[in-house]
Amino acid sequence: MDLLLLFTMIVASIAFVGIVMVLTRWISPRTFNRQKGETYECGIPTQGNTWVHFKAGYYLFAILFLMFDIEAVFLFPWATIVQELGLKALFGVLFFLFFLILGLAYAWRKKALEWK
Amino acid sequence: MIDFKSITTAIDNGLHELMPAPAALITECVLVAVCAIAAYLVFAIIMIYMERKVCAAFQCRLGPNRVGYGGFLQVFADVFKMLTKEIIEIKNSDSRLYNLAPFLVVMSSLITFSCLPFDNGLQILDFNIGVFFIMAASSFGILGILLAGWSSNNKFSMIGAMRSGGQMISYELSMGLSILTLVVLSGTMQVSEMVETQTTGWFIVRGHIPAIIAFIIYIIAGNAETNRAPFDLPEAESELTAGFHTEYSGMGFGLFYVAEFMNMFIIAGIASTIFLGGWAPLYIPGAEGFNSIMAYIPGFVWFLGKTFFVIWLLMWIRWTFPRLRIDQVLVLEWKYLVPIGLLNILIMTICVVMGWTF
Repeated sequence: MDLLLLFTMIVASIAFVGIVMVLTRWISPRTFNRQKGETYECGIPTQGNTWVHFKAGYYLFAILFLMFDIEAVFLFPWATIVQELGLKALFGVLFFLFFLILGLAYAWRKKALEWK
Repeated sequence: MIDFKSITTAIDNGLHELMPAPAALITECVLVAVCAIAAYLVFAIIMIYMERKVCAAFQCRLGPNRVGYGGFLQVFADVFKMLTKEIIEIKNSDSRLYNLAPFLVVMSSLITFSCLPFDNGLQILDFNIGVFFIMAASSFGILGILLAGWSSNNKFSMIGAMRSGGQMISYELSMGLSILTLVVLSGTMQVSEMVETQTTGWFIVRGHIPAIIAFIIYIIAGNAETNRAPFDLPEAESELTAGFHTEYSGMGFGLFYVAEFMNMFIIAGIASTIFLGGWAPLYIPGAEGFNSIMAYIPGFVWFLGKTFFVIWLLMWIRWTFPRLRIDQVLVLEWKYLVPIGLLNILIMTICVVMGWTF
């Protein structure tokens, strides 16, 4: 039942955006002007393409995020049973968090967290 | 007290009497979808109006006050104006991805919206992995923003989208960690169960110090997730025109705008659900008379009250602080919020294991 509702919501959101886009295309005016399709930048003609090599700093943070987020995913099932496990859970996660913080400290030391 | 479970069961039974089972099921699905989209738009309109009025109040202005009572019809006028605006086809854009982007953004926010518990039983999606699913669905929207910026073939959009991606994925992490802290306390990920446990005390009170730290981290990260000032680098008006949606016109822009406002509502809704007790009324142990009076106020009033309080908090932050630089944004996340968040989980675990919670 829940999956059916999820499917309903996905279809509903697609239908909502689709209907709005079709409706606005239908009622809005349409004129043709060669300048209209140009890229909106500073008013002067655009220089060059946008799809070029981009600053690597963003990708570095994306990789860092991937590593830490996957580790956070591992913590979720643990978090639901802390109360049942008691002290065992605490010592288990101490070990886990030690390595997690070690990784963060390594990235920090290597200056991966600095914006260059 | 209004019991929404009995209302939905009554509708379900009524439909099953009227028509065969598959038809009833389809009708229910359509009803749910229509109700969800209607609620989505109503809250978006209320929030756009609220944002204008609150911002005006913070800047000692009046805000909209000409169209309708107190300017309330201004938002409707804007929506209709936007609907009649031409959709401009950009010559150099990757048109397929350009048109796909609003779908992804709205889909992510609508699915997350349907996970919010408005009242006991008034919740569309209630998975047993609840908050985890909410995080997964909300991070989906970043994809739409990146696509919008990249496919526009505009330098402003590209820079805006890249900043947005870098910032949103970073803050996603500390948002996850602060939610995780509360999962440790509650012992469940299902949203409805989490709220039900809070009928005898909200988590921010039960978890005391670690919960309050998690709440502060969550508010900061939530502010960054919605791309609002002081984290509004992705659409810094004075630098990047409009950021990732520079090239979108008319309703294409309108959908991004609505999704952005609803993301703020969702952030506030999750904050009120997992920290402030969702639809659970205020509960003080020992004060039975007080508790029974509080229980007379319907659950959705509690939920919306808390949610709009958090929204007001976010608006207050937005109109008070100046914009950060991109390096400051990332340093704040990676050097402060992540280590504090990790330590906070440890503190919470110790508190839970030792039984130092209320």
